[in-house]
Amino acid sequence: MILLALNPLVSPDPGLFIWSTVTFLILFFLLSKFAWKPIVKALDERERSIEDALAKAEMAKAEMAKLISENEDLLKEARLERDSILKEAKEIKDQIVNDAKDLAKSEGAKLIEKAKIEITNQKLTAMAEIKNQVSSLSIEIAEKVLRKQFEDQGKQQALVNDLLKEVKLN
Amino acid sequence: MDLSHIFNSKKFVNISFYAVLFSVWSFSAYSQEHKAADNEHLSATAEHAEPAEGDEDISQMILHHIADSHEWHFFGNVSIPLPVILLTDNGLVTFLSNKFGHNDHGTEIIDASGTKLVNYHGKFYYPSKVKSADGTYISHDSQGELINGKPLDISITKNVVSLLISAIVLLIVFIGIANAYKKREGKAPKGLQSILEPIILFVRDDIAKPQLGHKYKGFMPYLLTIFFFVWLNNLMGLVPFFPGGANLSGNIAVTMMLALCTFILTTVNGNKNYWGHVFTPHVPWWLYPLIIPVEIIGLFTKPIALMIRLFANITAGHILVLSLISLIFILKSVFVAGVAIPFVLFISVIELVVGFIQAFIFTILSALFISMAIEEKYAEH
Amino acid sequence: MIVGSIAGIGAGLAAIGAGIGIGNIGGKALEGMARQPEAASQIQTTMLIAAAFVEAVALFAEVIAFLGTGQVN
Repeated sequence: MILLALNPLVSPDPGLFIWSTVTFLILFFLLSKFAWKPIVKALDERERSIEDALAKAEMAKAEMAKLISENEDLLKEARLERDSILKEAKEIKDQIVNDAKDLAKSEGAKLIEKAKIEITNQKLTAMAEIKNQVSSLSIEIAEKVLRKQFEDQGKQQALVNDLLKEVKLN
Repeated sequence: MDLSHIFNSKKFVNISFYAVLFSVWSFSAYSQEHKAADNEHLSATAEHAEPAEGDEDISQMILHHIADSHEWHFFGNVSIPLPVILLTDNGLVTFLSNKFGHNDHGTEIIDASGTKLVNYHGKFYYPSKVKSADGTYISHDSQGELINGKPLDISITKNVVSLLISAIVLLIVFIGIANAYKKREGKAPKGLQSILEPIILFVRDDIAKPQLGHKYKGFMPYLLTIFFFVWLNNLMGLVPFFPGGANLSGNIAVTMMLALCTFILTTVNGNKNYWGHVFTPHVPWWLYPLIIPVEIIGLFTKPIALMIRLFANITAGHILVLSLISLIFILKSVFVAGVAIPFVLFISVIELVVGFIQAFIFTILSALFISMAIEEKYAEH
Repeated sequence: MIVGSIAGIGAGLAAIGAGIGIGNIGGKALEGMARQPEAASQIQTTMLIAAAFVEAVALFAEVIAFLGTGQVN
């Protein structure tokens, strides 16, 4: 009976070891130089470009959103401005109307005042004229009366005597 | 890896039920009646086995199939002789393996350009001076150890041919893919490129990046080479005919070479931290005599485990498949094939998965060992 | 007729141990994945590594058995 020292399965064969080492090292160097380097580089580059594209899309989206919100803001602002302008215009109109009313009122009042003053003035002048006329008329009447009275001498003498009498009394 | 739908399907259950029924019937009825015919069956079908009968022959046959060989056997008597290259005491001796016939019992001395050799179980030895009692020129000592001298055998064996084929396939495929990347820069992958790109990305994102962190770039070529080399050879080993069937990744010399590469890479790349962890571990000083040897042994057990894991996994798969087929010859009934073949099919599917997982494990453990070596600050425990 | 070496029995025993170990790993990993499906890929990788380490034990036993069966008598 024979005994094999070691199962051939678990004793590494030097020939195969040498061949596999040489082949594997050559394979490794060739593959890393001509295959893995460009493949890994290309994969990285593509990944980067995809990432860039995604980032750009994201940025564009954000920009768009920003633009939209800006537009909305602008619109809102415009609307507000329009409202305020309208309001202001209304106010101004009201004020103008009010002012006009006030002015008209005051002007009317002034005119009335003036008219009143004029009227009183006229009245006064008219009164004064009437007074003058009355006085002159009364003087004329008095003159005429007097003349009539003093047409005879006797009466004149009597009057002078009267007057002298009065003087003597003094 | 999801096989549940196969087991759940009604068809599978039906087929397996009938297979079992059929085989039981064939056992009980057929093999008893045709005992005489069985021997003919055996001798007609079991051409690989030695003429003698018995379980020993089956295990010899299995070992023969798993082991390396100087010729590539196709079927029947058809085989390709491969060149034998021997580094003998008289210098380099080369000849084709079929030049001196197929006698591998050590009973014939062959004269290869002046160097006397004897072929014993597929290996070449220097013959003994005198013929032994069993008619061979091989002598054993009292322990049963072979004492014949042996030239350094660097022949182009079956495994070496398989190795070269796999290397050429890898080169053609991946340089082709690299050119495709250059040609179609920045475009979507196409054809073979799109099949292998997810796997390359798998190696990068699931193996290299989680283990090695930001330093993964420098080790990517090694990890990718080792992954695809192991994977392709695992798959080629599963193909039962040329150019497969060589059991290259189930050969301990090859896995030893791969593990050695990882070991050299970790040792060369090991930084101060790594060596500090080995020679000045974080333990009280009086434990150093105990811990330092353990740490040093640990340096070597990691690649050895790596070597044995791949070797044993792939070899076990091959042995399993061959054993199941051998059931037909052991039980001496061709109807056993009704059970054995579905089983072989099932195991082969599992082996497909195992081939991938082992390549993955080998690569991820290599990455893990490298990452241990290059880690900047070891996490305090 | 049963022929074989006692190392085969040893390998079988080691396979039982490794089987229990890998079963535990797989079961716990499944539990973890069910609890945290978002961590599934990470758990899977870790599970495979752990399973590989356990499996190595059985494989060592298998190799020892190979050493044993090499002895022809």
